[in-house]
Amino acid sequence: MNLRSLICICAVLLIGAAGCRRSQPPVARPTPPAPPPTATTRAPEPPEPMREPMPPEPLPSDEVAARSLDDLNRDSPLRPVFFEYDSSDVNDTSRTTLQANAAVLKKYPSWVITIEGHCDERGTAEYNLALGERRAVAARQYLISLGIDANRLRTVSYGSEFPFDPAHQESAWSRNRRAHFVITSK
Amino acid sequence: MKKLGQILFTAASALAAFSIVGAQTPPATQEPSAPSSPTEISVAIRGEVGAPPHYAVPDFIALTSDKETAEAAKLIAEVLWADLSFEREYDMIPRDTYKTIDQLNTTETIAFDRWRELGADGVVKGSVRKTGNTFQVEMRLFNVRARSVALGRMYDNVSLRNPRAVAHTISDEIHQTQSGLRGVARTKLTFISDRDNERVVDTVETRTGKEVYVADYDGANQMRVTSNRRLNVTPSWSPDSRTIAYSSYTRIHPQIILSNVYQGTRETLTDEKSSAFMPVFSPDGSRIAFMSQRDGNPEIYVMNRDGSGVRRLTNHSSADSTPTWSPAGTQIAFTSDRSGSPQIWVMDADGLNVRRITFGESWADRATWSPAPFNQIAYSARSGPGFDIRIYDVAAGTTATITDGVGTNESPAFSPTGRHIAFSSSRSGKVQIFTMARDGKNLRQVTRSGNNTFPNWSR
Repeated sequence: MNLRSLICICAVLLIGAAGCRRSQPPVARPTPPAPPPTATTRAPEPPEPMREPMPPEPLPSDEVAARSLDDLNRDSPLRPVFFEYDSSDVNDTSRTTLQANAAVLKKYPSWVITIEGHCDERGTAEYNLALGERRAVAARQYLISLGIDANRLRTVSYGSEFPFDPAHQESAWSRNRRAHFVITSK
Repeated sequence: MKKLGQILFTAASALAAFSIVGAQTPPATQEPSAPSSPTEISVAIRGEVGAPPHYAVPDFIALTSDKETAEAAKLIAEVLWADLSFEREYDMIPRDTYKTIDQLNTTETIAFDRWRELGADGVVKGSVRKTGNTFQVEMRLFNVRARSVALGRMYDNVSLRNPRAVAHTISDEIHQTQSGLRGVARTKLTFISDRDNERVVDTVETRTGKEVYVADYDGANQMRVTSNRRLNVTPSWSPDSRTIAYSSYTRIHPQIILSNVYQGTRETLTDEKSSAFMPVFSPDGSRIAFMSQRDGNPEIYVMNRDGSGVRRLTNHSSADSTPTWSPAGTQIAFTSDRSGSPQIWVMDADGLNVRRITFGESWADRATWSPAPFNQIAYSARSGPGFDIRIYDVAAGTTATITDGVGTNESPAFSPTGRHIAFSSSRSGKVQIFTMARDGKNLRQVTRSGNNTFPNWSR
């Protein structure tokens, strides 16, 4: 009886894990006794780069699809990428984030997004408009290299006009140097 | 009795010299006037040798006894005094020092001796009369040493709502006739302001709209031009000062829009799947240079005034931005980071012959080429944590810093005469528009509400 229910739980968990192909368990779920890790559950997973990441909220896909554009953008499954001062280079951290964003875009192939380029306040307002453009374009190029259709990716620069954090210090500046993703149609 | 005779004599000579010009207040802008005629120079008011003449502007006389006229009479004198002091051609005697000097209730003469004692070389006396729905304003400029009238004007149909305009007109006339100088009292500034604190539409982020504004050169009559509740940036005047070109995020990508501010109409020049920023008219008004990433990277383009005939001028994998035309329209200065940091570069108007002009800067941006006869380029340069305004002399190859390291100072824009610069500065807290003379003196704050950026001076 006990053994049978344990097997059942294990089976459900395995199917669930395989079905979602997630590398980590969702955070919010109750945690039943963990199954003994076995080689067979890990082995069939695809190679690293294209592994589908976990979206920030472990929502079933139909629930994401059902949300309004405003709701989606308010709590977006597409995460921003950040840049160094006066740079539009996509670094390793940004690549990981963009890979996750690419996976989301592949999951929802009808989505069209606008990539906003933003800058911190330390540069001149005019040059920041150009720099923001380059940041948005750099993020777009990387998404295209990951197989996202270029027609789904628009870019726009806001320069330093709309800081996410209005404070005048590095903690704010580092948050404001970003490519920000907005779902414009789905 | 002797005094009365003297006054009568002076009044007669004043009348002889006085010419009545029944003119409406001229439009906000005029073509630069021809150089002064010899006659006018001969009556020019002079001060002590080696010193500028001292001017006084007492309150104008209210010839009708209503409150509106009384207020206008005082306001016109105040504004005229400030206009005359702006060009620093005359040493303006503070107005509170001569409140009781001249009680003569006429513009036909002045108490010459009293004014001479005060040290005045020129006195502007005027009157305001309400005639129906307008004012009639009369002005005489007295040469105190010569005991004569140097200039006399009558203005009909002066708006009751904006008597400042006639003060600006008088100031420009005095500068023209007395100093052979084109004044800027009737020019305007355009800039971007977030003062309305309206939330941008179509975004889940909390963002405040930034709208195009215009104001008189001295900050009076601030007026909102756009009301699209989006981000609008980089406005600039057409050479005839009747149109403002700017970039507006009314669609996903910012587009270049022309706002015909005296007609209240607008034209969208670009309709692309890409952004277009920083429109600037060529000096003859026929073309507009701008920045766009339509080919995948920020580059400088030029198009006809109607948006046709787009041509690409730069071709470099770095960001090329913020164009400005040379006075003759044959060259364009711009910002490029092709050397590794933003610097000012110059090219011929066809995109050829690209060369760098700033070398000692770690960050230089927003070049703005002075009008003729000056051949200088103002720009904003990194200076400590902020930026300062510098002026590069193209012929001499020298650079002068005209702001003082207080706050961050950006986006210089020359006045149409090249004698003044408008810029944005955080020196007073929020970012505000200021003007100063090209030598860094005569700092004046133009805006005080919200944050105000991207100034541009009408021609």
